[in-house]
Amino acid sequence: MAQILLIEDDQSIRTSLALALGRHGHEIREAGTGEDGLRMLASAEPDVVVLDLMLPGMDGFEVCRRIRAKSAVPVIMLTARGDDFDVVGGLEAGADDYVIKPVQPRVLDARIRAVLRRGTFAEQTQSGRYRDLTIDRAALTVTKGDQQLALTPTELRVLLELSRSPGQVLSRMQLLELVWEYDYLGDSRLVDNCVQRLRAKIEDEPARPVFVQTVRGFGYRFGPV
Amino acid sequence: MRRRAPRDVRAPRALRGLRARLIAACVAVAVLAAATASWASAASASNSLLRSTQQRIAETAARRITDTAPALVYPPDTDDLRKIRDALDGPVVVTYESLRVHAGETAAITEQLRTAVHGGEHLALQRVDSATGMKLLVGVPVLITGVDGQQRPSGIEVYLVRDLGDVVRQVNALTRNAIWTSALALPVAVLLALLAARGVLRPVRELRGTARKLAAGDLDARLRPSGADELAELATTFNDTAASLQSSISELARMEADSRRFVADVAHELRTPLTTLTSVAEMLEEDLERMPSDARASIELAIAETRRLTSLVEDLMEIARFDAGAAQPHLERVDMPGVVRECLRSRSWTEQVRLDSPEELAAVLDRRRLDVIVANLVGNALRHGEPPVVVRLSADEQEVHLEVIDNGPGLPEGGAAQLFDRFYKADSSRGRSAGSGLGMAITAENVWLHGGTIEAGNADGAGARFAVRLPRWSEET
Repeated sequence: MAQILLIEDDQSIRTSLALALGRHGHEIREAGTGEDGLRMLASAEPDVVVLDLMLPGMDGFEVCRRIRAKSAVPVIMLTARGDDFDVVGGLEAGADDYVIKPVQPRVLDARIRAVLRRGTFAEQTQSGRYRDLTIDRAALTVTKGDQQLALTPTELRVLLELSRSPGQVLSRMQLLELVWEYDYLGDSRLVDNCVQRLRAKIEDEPARPVFVQTVRGFGYRFGPV
Repeated sequence: MRRRAPRDVRAPRALRGLRARLIAACVAVAVLAAATASWASAASASNSLLRSTQQRIAETAARRITDTAPALVYPPDTDDLRKIRDALDGPVVVTYESLRVHAGETAAITEQLRTAVHGGEHLALQRVDSATGMKLLVGVPVLITGVDGQQRPSGIEVYLVRDLGDVVRQVNALTRNAIWTSALALPVAVLLALLAARGVLRPVRELRGTARKLAAGDLDARLRPSGADELAELATTFNDTAASLQSSISELARMEADSRRFVADVAHELRTPLTTLTSVAEMLEEDLERMPSDARASIELAIAETRRLTSLVEDLMEIARFDAGAAQPHLERVDMPGVVRECLRSRSWTEQVRLDSPEELAAVLDRRRLDVIVANLVGNALRHGEPPVVVRLSADEQEVHLEVIDNGPGLPEGGAAQLFDRFYKADSSRGRSAGSGLGMAITAENVWLHGGTIEAGNADGAGARFAVRLPRWSEET
């Protein structure tokens, strides 16, 4: 089903998760340290990285930042605490989603499948052009001026959902459902962080956004431009 | 630990305080001393003044009488008596046998004086108060020198009346001065007393202020000892007490922090093996049909216990986060009935629970924590009470109200107080199936984190009733 790189320092967790995810049809490669994980990532790009935050040596946040510096591969964090510090830090480092230990393999599998779907389903609609921003819904590419932007699947999907009907507000809950496929208990910080990263890539002034605007108390909307 | 000092409703402190007593004592001593001293000096001055005046009057009278004596013929006639009278100014009476001449107002002369002078050889004095003021009466028996050189009473007696008004005025002035001196001593004494009181009271006040600070939790509060008197000793003792208090409290706080950290660390460490166990349990669960029945029973037990352990560790972590002050609410606009409906639906409680709520009710809250509050209260109601459970939502401008009412026997008498304690199990016979024992504690912490309140009691004619009030429009993060 998918190529998964599992970066986790505890041998038992690696073994048991690899076995369980293998049953769900995935192919798993394991790394016991962040450094090893980054090396394996250079040799062959997986579909998804499952990354433990508490690693000896280079910690998970740093590993995540280094992955993001050269790749848009989806990253799902394993947080040993549901702590704000971990979650926020991981999201700021560029992770797409997180699960809290102890995680049930079927939950992790659902997260993996959700993140994989984001980068796939293309739409029949033609591309839309908003000022210097071009969103090609069929090719799943976004260009600003004449530069093609390197968006992660999650960032791309948020932009596609928001720009589907410019000017219409989508709540964080709606975005969590549409993009992350969460039920009502999804963490809205996933949305807020992703929007921050998206703005950094598509806005001229991320602090004064034009494309993805905040509607206080309700959510986000695209434009109107 | 902060307790407000009970308000004094007795006499105002100003009348009962140390300051008032000190000042009163100082003033009393000072005024008494001043009064005694000035009265004593005034009295002795008055006495000597009187005595010297009397002496002067008497001596003058005696000298003049003596001066006239050689010119007298013996036995004297009225003319002789007149000579004596004229030698003396002021009111005077001169008598010999039955002869009597006088001048001025002499009514004041007493019988006592006459008796004293009569047939005597000594001058007599008497002070009398008359209508016209204080008078000095002087009685002088005129002596004649016989041929044998002996002095004998001649039978001539001279009585003078002298006014002591001046002397009395002087004495009065002295008395007035004494009174003034005493009166002037009063403000001076008060001033001195105030200074003395301040010297004593300032350290006492500082002591009180510092003690209050300590009581309010400022364990660094200390006095500045100055001087070497008893108050300085008191300050030193106080500081030593505060220091030992501080060290024991710090020690306790450190031990508590350590034990909390220990709990957090233990819970944290437990997650690693639990992650493995959870994975393994899930795989085993998929294979249950293929297992022999005895192994299946064992595996089902292991799976169930793994889940219990997981939820216990989750709850421990949650409590540890509250203890560490790491819990932060993520406030966002939520539709409360929607969250409650989802909470019930995701846990398959829709059949047993009735939601009594307006169609829409917006508030700014932490969605996940609201879910925890509702889930714990409803779960608790279903475990300990009887269905149907009612969840009632209402709101005013400032607050939202969430009530969870069950249909069971209600809370036992006095059971509400401990209900939110950690590991409190309402029903000891219920044993281990009821959950981690942390659910209600976590519920309460989540309510308090929002700045809300939670109350447990019994509903009228129904079972237990839990009432949560949360501020409706917190500032969004």
